[in-house]
Amino acid sequence: MIELIANQYSYWISILLMMAGLYIVIDHTNLLKKLIGLNIFQTSVFILFISMGKIDGGTAPIIEEGYKVFSNPLPHVLILTAIVVSVATTAVGLALVVNINKRFQSIDEQEIEEIELEEE
Amino acid sequence: MLAITAIAIIAMRNILSVIMLGGIYSLISATLFVVLDAVDVAFTEAAVGAGISTVLFLSALGITGKHQVLARKNHLVPIFVVLVTGAGLIYSTSDMPAFGDPNAPAHNHVAPRYIEQSGEEIGIPNMVTSVLASYRGFDTLGEVAVVFTALIAVLLLLGLNRGSRQDKS
Repeated sequence: MIELIANQYSYWISILLMMAGLYIVIDHTNLLKKLIGLNIFQTSVFILFISMGKIDGGTAPIIEEGYKVFSNPLPHVLILTAIVVSVATTAVGLALVVNINKRFQSIDEQEIEEIELEEE
Repeated sequence: MLAITAIAIIAMRNILSVIMLGGIYSLISATLFVVLDAVDVAFTEAAVGAGISTVLFLSALGITGKHQVLARKNHLVPIFVVLVTGAGLIYSTSDMPAFGDPNAPAHNHVAPRYIEQSGEEIGIPNMVTSVLASYRGFDTLGEVAVVFTALIAVLLLLGLNRGSRQDKS
């Protein structure tokens, strides 16, 4: 049991963070806060990938005399790309939020639903 | 630390403090990436995640000017969904390789070649750079395409509205 915990705890941490992000996305009605939740979700996936690339006793993957064991550079490359893409998608989401606010004078889902019902 | 920050973000009602906590969260995760040997990822996260994202969120907050989050009554369904998903994910990790295991499948495919050969083939000591810019150059080109598309989308969303407003006036 202790061995299981020691082997898998990095995955559990990222799952915990992922669920925190998912909870914010589902439960909170404010659109800005939903986007923050989405960011937390994304960061948890980054942590999952990076923790998979870690090797015991390894160093950062930069060639230097005296170091033989390196962590896996491949997840790092993937996540570098993912971070930049995540900021791009966040920017698009925020632009949508700004437009929604212009249309409804609100960024809260419940308020927007009420306004839409009134308009019908 | 990360978990505490995430929980604080859930509990906070003021959007401004949520955004600042989001920045702190990014910064803490950047230090975590340093611990996990991913220095390139760490400084990208610190610059882009903690810096640019926070600025973007703050400017969106400045435009919308809505600072309070309304409380919602029914929390049970989201909590149930989250718990079930989390339990399923934790159950699925039992098949994953152990943390830090050098014999994990991820380390035995193309990664050894990058680690052993990239210094001679590319001539850059930083393996992440040589994989990103040389072996996986096309992926990076695709990334540039994605960022460009996102830029166009933002400009369309914000710019077209400005045009229609001018039409009205």
